[in-house]
Amino acid sequence: MSATLQRLKITSTLLAAGLLAQTALAGVASAQDRKSLLEEHSGGTMILSAVSAAGTIDPQVNYTAEFWQIFQMTYDGLVKFKQASRSEGFEIVPDLAEAIPEPQDGGKTYVFKLRKGIKFADGSDVTTKDVVASFQRIFKIHGPTSGSFYNNIVGADKCLADAENCTLDGGIVADEDAGTISFHLMQPDSEFFDKLAVPHATILPAGTPATDAGTSFIPGTGAYMIESYDPNDKMVLKRNPHFEEWSVEAQPQGFPDEIVYRFGMKEESAINAIQNGQVDWMFDPPPADRLNELGTQYADQVHVNPLAAFWYAPMNTNLAPFDNVKVRQAVNFAIDRNALVNIYGGPVLAQPTCQILPPDFPGHVDSCLYSKDPGTSWSAPDMEKAKQLVEESGTAGQKVTVVAEDTATSRAVGTYLQSVLSELGYNATMQAISPNIQFTYIQNTDNKVQISVSQWFMDYPQASNFLNVLLSCASFTPGSDSSINIAGYCNKDLDKQMADAMQTAVTDPDAANEMWAKLDKAFMEQAPVAPLFTPKNVDFTSKRVGNFIFSNQFRWVIDQSWVQ
Amino acid sequence: MSDAAATRPITEASSDAASAPAKAGQSPWSRAWRILRRDKAAICAFVVMVLIVAACLAAPLYAGYLAKTDPFRSNLSGSITVGGESMKIMQASTTGLGLGTTPIAPTWEWQYMLGADNQGRDVAARLLYGGRNSLLIASAATLICLVLAAAIGTIAGFFGGWVDMILSRILEVLWAFPVYLLAISLSIVLLTQEIWIGPFHIGSGSLILPIVIIGIIYVPYIARPVRGRVLSLRESEFVLAARGLGIPRWRILVKDILPNVTTTLIVYIPIMMALNIVTESALSFLSIGVQPPDASWGTIIQDGQGLLYTRPMVALAPGVAIVLTVLALNVLGDSVRDAVDPRTKLR
Repeated sequence: MSATLQRLKITSTLLAAGLLAQTALAGVASAQDRKSLLEEHSGGTMILSAVSAAGTIDPQVNYTAEFWQIFQMTYDGLVKFKQASRSEGFEIVPDLAEAIPEPQDGGKTYVFKLRKGIKFADGSDVTTKDVVASFQRIFKIHGPTSGSFYNNIVGADKCLADAENCTLDGGIVADEDAGTISFHLMQPDSEFFDKLAVPHATILPAGTPATDAGTSFIPGTGAYMIESYDPNDKMVLKRNPHFEEWSVEAQPQGFPDEIVYRFGMKEESAINAIQNGQVDWMFDPPPADRLNELGTQYADQVHVNPLAAFWYAPMNTNLAPFDNVKVRQAVNFAIDRNALVNIYGGPVLAQPTCQILPPDFPGHVDSCLYSKDPGTSWSAPDMEKAKQLVEESGTAGQKVTVVAEDTATSRAVGTYLQSVLSELGYNATMQAISPNIQFTYIQNTDNKVQISVSQWFMDYPQASNFLNVLLSCASFTPGSDSSINIAGYCNKDLDKQMADAMQTAVTDPDAANEMWAKLDKAFMEQAPVAPLFTPKNVDFTSKRVGNFIFSNQFRWVIDQSWVQ
Repeated sequence: MSDAAATRPITEASSDAASAPAKAGQSPWSRAWRILRRDKAAICAFVVMVLIVAACLAAPLYAGYLAKTDPFRSNLSGSITVGGESMKIMQASTTGLGLGTTPIAPTWEWQYMLGADNQGRDVAARLLYGGRNSLLIASAATLICLVLAAAIGTIAGFFGGWVDMILSRILEVLWAFPVYLLAISLSIVLLTQEIWIGPFHIGSGSLILPIVIIGIIYVPYIARPVRGRVLSLRESEFVLAARGLGIPRWRILVKDILPNVTTTLIVYIPIMMALNIVTESALSFLSIGVQPPDASWGTIIQDGQGLLYTRPMVALAPGVAIVLTVLALNVLGDSVRDAVDPRTKLR
């Protein structure tokens, strides 16, 4: 028996050693592959296109998907979302920090050790002083997430009150000799690393002015630097001469020598330019009437990938008729989500949904309360039940206005909702207003918006980024343009459960995700919103673009594709 | 006495007509009508207009009995039978990657004759309903514009002095704004909120808003020529004679001046109608005119903008309707001007 055990031990040890050797060899092989790929494909100019620029290139101010994608190549934080394919892109890896630190003091303290030898694009070394100054700058420039992402750092409340003299004293402590930076939080935060991994927590030189940089480039540590930027013309990115790859997962060396991002080309023109090989990629989604052509004639240049997002109709729970839960449920029952999928471009490009958390997202468990056959997925609308609920509510005949964005898809979705509401017996109209103002307009309670069309794309992969952000009492500020809880729904009990889930996530993320799944369902029972569909992302690239990698976090990893 | 004086200039003008000599005792209106009846272009334009208006008025009959559709309700999951074959109204791509959905193409049958838009609605039925709104807005806006312009132009020209100065400056300020910029500004302000004027309530999507907006923006275009005409009439012999006879100013205005301004206004009716149709379409295309679920030719063109590659008929059909209507109105306008004021033909 003992001899057999001994043999088993030896066998398993040999097996383990073999596996280890195989993994090591695979690592070496992959490094060699990458080196040879870099040798083979490096160089050339990649040309990108967008209808318009996305404003400032200050990474601590800009809050757009368009430029966050660019910042992946130009800037780094202490940690970063992995530059990898699909859901691997949700993984957080050490970047300027040597490793992801273990929590101390019950999750209230994290000590990062800074890598040595990393330089900014201006040639200066990255030091602990730069880290402290960068976090102070988030508050000094009134960064858009200073009050939501970074308000849990000790001293943040003082910085929010007096931004100019922000020190984050006691919140971020640098030890220059040891090369460490200690973060002290007021409360344990399960999403702390996510918040450090977005571009707002970029590390910049300590001397960076505490004003929005606008069109001027602030030196970063990424593989590329922005050589010039004119929002009315183009942005030119060149290789950062001081860059040396330290982590292929966080900031890999890129393939193209130069990346030119052109602004002002309409979608139709951009499609033609890509077809002719004059442009390599467009940021904006292809127009609906070109999709069939692209999917048929250019199938090998089209990349369809899921997005952690959803289109939804927030219903104002404080205004008639949607202050009645039966009406909100009726709308959810009445919507033919397949029809909306058709509007968006068909089943390949969107998926019907009747819950808030998107598929393959932390906390998501298939569930649909508002279907002909309620269960795990949506099958068909139940107009009979919807009409019965409206009758019970006694609200039929009331005037309802749907407010949509004046874009082709939002307008079409709004028109469809207006049609559904009319069928339910309401005197419904639709109003499409400029995309520049619609998002803030529907948030402000003074505008008395009853129901609207909106979309939400995650900042980082945590259930709270949907449920807590969109439906917590704290997200509802009456009379403000910045009240992201558009439905104005405030349920103290569910709020408490969300706080518990966030607390649980610090030590037990799986248990927390189970709690979020229940919360998702609990919110949908009250139906403050009508989820419509989860969209997919369509990228159309030129023939010469190779090695297309799509990260679920920041979409196409631009510099990991080559053009020659 | 003053009545006789009032009719004199028009009668005198009639005697100048080279193309159609006036018969003794014939009124200028019947003479104009006689000229119009002989004008083949005018008759063609008139027939086209009558056909367009009749077709638009028959929209509910067409939608209800022939197309058997509700043009204001989305029909994204429906299907119809064409040539004995059942067809989905919104057709998902089945080739390649299966990207995109395309509305049904023109069937050239009663149902979906011109195809469907991106909501699966019958384009032909919407075209007729849209025409009703476009024509209604254009007509009502023309009426408002003419009434306001006539009042302002006549008062400014007749009373002169500071009254003229104030009214002329207001017109100049209005004139100074680019028409579409002014219309867009007014629309954005007015369309996002309900308006209460005393006991009257105008909803945010009401058709009254584009009517009023379009009616106001073109007032200077007519008020200025009206003012000019009144200024010249004020110094004419028959008005001076009436003044000399001590006839009250209001009576001169109503009995002597206004009838002579009417010809100017009539000439402008078809021209303004055409201009207003184009303006309404432009505003609706920019989403600041007619609001859904109502349709107008402009909103249908906007719906078709996203389908230009696959279903160009959606944008083309209302475009053709606008061109035909505006062309007919312009031809009619020229003919009316020639008939009512034959001197212009000699210039």
